[in-house]
Amino acid sequence: MKIAVLIKQVPDTETQISAKISGNKINESGIKWIVSPFDEHALEEALRIREKHKAEVVAISLGPDRVQEAIRTAYAFGVDKGLHIRDTSYNTLDIFYTANVLAAVLKKENPDVILTGHIAIDSQSSMVPAMIAQILGIPNINNAIKVEIQNSKVKVTREIEGGIADVETELPVVITATKKLNEPKYPTLKGILAAKKKNIEVIEVDTLGLNIPRIQIISIEPPPPRPPGRIIDGETPEAKAKELVRLLREEAKVI
Amino acid sequence: MSVITIAELKNGSLKKISKELVSAGRKLQDQVTAILINGTEQHSQELFQAGADNVVKIDGKEYSAEAWANIITAVAKEKSAKVILIPHSILGKDYAGRVAIQLGANIIADVVEIKGNIESIQVKKPIYSGKAFANIQVPTPIVVTIRPNTQELIENYQGPKNLEVKVIDEGNVKAKLTNIQQVEAGKIQLTEASIIVSGGRGIKGPENWPVLQALADVLGAALGASRAAVDAGWIDHSHQVGQTGKTVSPNLYIACGISGAIQHLAGMGSSKIIVAINKDPDANIFKVATYGVVDDLFKVVPAMTEEIKKLYGIS
Repeated sequence: MKIAVLIKQVPDTETQISAKISGNKINESGIKWIVSPFDEHALEEALRIREKHKAEVVAISLGPDRVQEAIRTAYAFGVDKGLHIRDTSYNTLDIFYTANVLAAVLKKENPDVILTGHIAIDSQSSMVPAMIAQILGIPNINNAIKVEIQNSKVKVTREIEGGIADVETELPVVITATKKLNEPKYPTLKGILAAKKKNIEVIEVDTLGLNIPRIQIISIEPPPPRPPGRIIDGETPEAKAKELVRLLREEAKVI
Repeated sequence: MSVITIAELKNGSLKKISKELVSAGRKLQDQVTAILINGTEQHSQELFQAGADNVVKIDGKEYSAEAWANIITAVAKEKSAKVILIPHSILGKDYAGRVAIQLGANIIADVVEIKGNIESIQVKKPIYSGKAFANIQVPTPIVVTIRPNTQELIENYQGPKNLEVKVIDEGNVKAKLTNIQQVEAGKIQLTEASIIVSGGRGIKGPENWPVLQALADVLGAALGASRAAVDAGWIDHSHQVGQTGKTVSPNLYIACGISGAIQHLAGMGSSKIIVAINKDPDANIFKVATYGVVDDLFKVVPAMTEEIKKLYGIS
């Protein structure tokens, strides 16, 4: 069996993005990069599947040279192979492009299971996994909280609105991970040191022979400023509550 | 040429986002066709009122990403659709991307603003959980998923009301649904809620959720939580609001005992009205709050609940 884990490198959640905006780009200097948190659950799941079934786990990441750091993290987690699709033109919001590039490489890798996080915390689109599944002509099951593989069949318990559902299908399949899927075992120092020496296979995006229309980002802007707030005065908590409810009703008109 | 929107249902009712999409579609100045899968005549009327010219009603289809994508693609092709608007919901995330690939159309997800016309549209979407916004220009055809609660509703559209009932073969579906368990039937989903009552470390322990739940119940609100409360094991992660949880855009967000870490502010910062209740006057949450109450949440929240009960005439 072969499992591909799609990992995305994103700015650390502490990053103050407003300070990094320049025109239609985010200025990357000084940003601390991490593997998107939900992708860590995908990595962990791949390794757990490998424990039960004989499998090779390949971590794949698309982007400029810096994403090799994310692939090193995947090696430290314990994957067997790291694959970097090198693309200096990569843009996190261009998901039609991203899905097509990843699918082109996945076609060659031909994995039985494709795992990734259910959302990337930068672009927050959550679309690429289903798009890849459509291109490859295979099913996709999003928001997995449990994955069971038996022979060529897979049973996934997934989150739906207000509940959970069981879905069954044949391999190959695209599955996206939620936090509830597992608890990642973080790399040991030994694992991190060993990861530094591992070979990363590089595929130049230009060699894939794709011609995909790109989107145009006109501008990136900080969130609109919030009007200054007001602290509610009152003698007692009850008086404050009463005044707050009045304001929500009469001024803000939201209740 | 037309704008296509997808209607989603919840517990037998049309979701508000379904109407928001047809209203948003109207602004693009073209024919708006809503696809209604497994809906009723009543649902079609609601869609007409909110701005649809046509409703294509398709019955008896069990949900699956593949089936829905195939149905939507078939209708979009028949109507020469240029813009396809889909809810940015749990389901929308399953099938929207598949529709885009089948139509060879570009796709932009989690959009909060849409303008332009049928040839070229401009959209705005939050990125990094609302720490920034991107403006994107796209030629059509395009698939756009729209965040709930961001589009103004048209109340009483007086256009043509053309209802088509269709049978469409959903093709060979590979992933089969075998069982559904409604854990929180009837509960309002965080990402689609218009009011959220949220708790953080200040609620002190899981035994105190009923204090917040009581307020949420009188307001018809969803219950949210900060990462601190989730990591402490006080509530399931599906309630987490923030950059590693859910990004929300309600009309009213009531933050109780939440200090306001950058990741949390990112996830709820686009709420229209923010109320912060916290004992610590220096808490970060007050920087984004429309109304702040510096006091003990265990006194303020129950008093609010009582006050709202009086207001709504609930005994």
